[in-house]
Amino acid sequence: MTTNNSMVRVENLVKHFPISQGVIFQRQVGAVKAVDNISFDIKEGETLGLVGESGCGKSTTGRTILQLHEPTDGKVYFENKDLTTMGESNLRKLRRDMQIIFQDPYASLNPRMTIGDIIREPLDIHKIGTSKERLERVQELLNLVRLNPFFIKRYPHEFSGGQRQRIGVARALALNPRFIVCDEPISALDVSVQAQVVNLLEELQEKFELTYLFIAHDLSMVRHISNRIAVMYLGKLVELADKEELFYNKMHPYSIALLSAVPIPDPIKERQRKRIILEGDVPSPANPPSGCHFHTRCPIAKERCKIEDPPFEEKEPGHWVACHFSKTAQEQMI
Amino acid sequence: MDNREVILDIQDLHARFHTHDGTVHAVNGITYQVHAGETLGIVGESGCGKSVSMLSVMDLLTKPPAEVQAEALLFKGRDLQKFSKSEMRKIRGSNMTMIFQDPMTSLNPVLTVGFQIKEPLKLHLGMSDQEATKRAAELLALVNIPEAESRLSDYPHQFSGGMRQRAMVAIALACNPTLLIADEPTTALDVTIQAQLVELVKEIQAKLGMALIWITHDLGVVAGIAERVIVMYAGYVVEDSKVDELYANPLHPYTMALLKSLPRIDQQADEGLSTIEGLPPSLLDCPQCCPFEPRCEYAKPKCKEMNPLLEEVGPGHKIACWVDIKTGELR
Repeated sequence: MTTNNSMVRVENLVKHFPISQGVIFQRQVGAVKAVDNISFDIKEGETLGLVGESGCGKSTTGRTILQLHEPTDGKVYFENKDLTTMGESNLRKLRRDMQIIFQDPYASLNPRMTIGDIIREPLDIHKIGTSKERLERVQELLNLVRLNPFFIKRYPHEFSGGQRQRIGVARALALNPRFIVCDEPISALDVSVQAQVVNLLEELQEKFELTYLFIAHDLSMVRHISNRIAVMYLGKLVELADKEELFYNKMHPYSIALLSAVPIPDPIKERQRKRIILEGDVPSPANPPSGCHFHTRCPIAKERCKIEDPPFEEKEPGHWVACHFSKTAQEQMI
Repeated sequence: MDNREVILDIQDLHARFHTHDGTVHAVNGITYQVHAGETLGIVGESGCGKSVSMLSVMDLLTKPPAEVQAEALLFKGRDLQKFSKSEMRKIRGSNMTMIFQDPMTSLNPVLTVGFQIKEPLKLHLGMSDQEATKRAAELLALVNIPEAESRLSDYPHQFSGGMRQRAMVAIALACNPTLLIADEPTTALDVTIQAQLVELVKEIQAKLGMALIWITHDLGVVAGIAERVIVMYAGYVVEDSKVDELYANPLHPYTMALLKSLPRIDQQADEGLSTIEGLPPSLLDCPQCCPFEPRCEYAKPKCKEMNPLLEEVGPGHKIACWVDIKTGELR
C-alpha cells in the first residue's frame, strides 16, 4: 500500500558524538562521525530497510530521526513538520505518531514493572482515556500481539525472548502510531522465533497501515520485509533502491560485496557462488578515510576515490548510488 | 559409508547441570562420529546442547554442577573418560583445540597476543621462546594478519573483532591439531568479516587437513562449509546427514520447518514466512515423549508415548522421528 507521499524526509542529517579529554577541564578532541550527511525519505505505508555492519550508524540514524539523539546538523521532517526546530511540548505530542521497537528485548523492558504497566505507560504519559479504558486497551494490545491478557500482572523475566519482543511491539503500538522505527527487532532472537516476530510486524503493518524503518544487519530478512533498501557504510548512505532493483542491479561495490557475503542455506548454490571477500576491517568512524569512505577496502578503488567524496546521485529513476565508478563495479565484480 | 579413520567417537553422551531449580538435562544421549579431515556442522537453536556437548568432550565443564556420562568418548580410539587431568591437559590445546564464540572474552586482556599464541607452543611442543616467537609470527601471518611480527606485542584490545577471532584461530592451530572445534566463531562478527573467517578456515583446513566441527545456529554458514550436518533439538540429535541431502531432502519435521522459516537472499519474498509455533521445551523436566512433539505439525499419538531413537532411514541419513513426513504416516 505504498503511496508516493513521503512521510519522513531526512535532509543532510549529521550526528557527531564528541570525544572529550581531561577530567576537570574537558575539551573536545575529536568526534565520532556516526551519521555523516545523509538524505533520504520514507514513503507512507512502505518499509524502508536500512542495512549495514555494526558501527555504520544505522541505529543512530533511527534514533536521530525520532530526536532521541539531538542531530548535530540537518533537518528531519515528519509530514512536512520540521522536528529539529520544534519545541519540546510539540514534539512530545508528535511522538504519539512515531514509536520505536528496540533491539534487545532483555534490556528494553523495565524488570521492575509488570508487562501491563509497561504497555500502559505511554497511555499514562499522554493521558489517554480513563484507567478502565487504559486497562481494556492493554488487553486489546496483548491480544493483538498474541499474548494471553491473563499475563498482564507478570514481569518481563517470566517471558522468553520472542514474547518479550512482542511486549515491546505492543508498547510501541499503544498510542496508534503511524511510523515505527524497528531497530534490529529480531537480531537477539532464535531462528525459529524470528519468523514469528517478522510475520507479526507484517500483519500489523497491513492492519494499521504502518510505515516502518526496519534497521537490520540480516540482509535476507531485510529482503523479505522491505519495499526499498538503503545500504549504509561508515556514516554514509552508499546505495538506496527498490528491493528487487537492489538485488538485480546493484551498483555500489560495497553492496555487491555485502550481498555476496550473505550465506545461502543451500550447499549447492554456496559452492557455485562468486564471493567477494573484502579485505580488512571497517575503519573507525572517529577517523574515517578521506574521499570515499569505502576506498580502503574497495577492490576497484582508484586515485580519485581517495580525494573526492562521491555524491549520492540518482543514477537511475529511484536508484541512488554514491560511487564514482559504479559502471566498473558492475562490470568487474558481478 | 565413510572410510576415513574415526577421530572422535561419541557414544550415548549425557550432560546434566544440577541447579537450585532442579536438574537441567542439556544433552540427552547423543551418538556420532567424526572422521579424519571431515567437516561436521552442528546446527541448533540456543540451549539445544550443541556447545555443551563439545565442552563435555573437551572436559571443560565445571563439575559439579555439571555431570557428564557417556558409554564412550573415544578420541583416536582412546577413551577420554579414563584420562587423568594431566593427560587431558596434554591433548587439549594440542591435538584437540577449540575456538570460542566471543573473541572479546576468550582472549586474556592483560597478556599480549604473542604471549597467548606462544603459550601452547612452549607448553605442548617444548619450544624455546625464540622458536615460539618465530612460529607465532608465522601463525599470525597464516591467519592473514598484516605485519604479523610487530602485532605479536599488541594486546587484544588493539585488535578488531575479526582480528581477535583470527588470533584465536592461530592459537588453536599452533600445535597442528587433529580436531578443531569451532563454537559459533562467527556469530559475533559482521557478514563481510564472517565471510573472511569462513574462507580462512576452509583454506587452512585444506592445507593442514584437520577434522573440523563447526557449531552454529546459522543454516547458511553450515551450507557453505560442512560436508555432513547434525541437527540438534533440546539435547537430542534429531537428524544427521550429508549436507546436500539434508538441504535437498530434510526428513525430520524440525529440520524441514527450520529451513522453511528462513528468508533467503536469493529468493523473492512473496508471502509470509512459515513459522514454528511455540517455544523449545524447558530442559528442566526431561519428558519421555519426543521433545519436538508439542510444536510438530506431523505429531501422532505415538510421539507422546515414546521418544524416537536416531535411526538410519537412507544411506548415511539418520533421523529421530516416528513419522515419515512424505506420507504423514508412521514409519
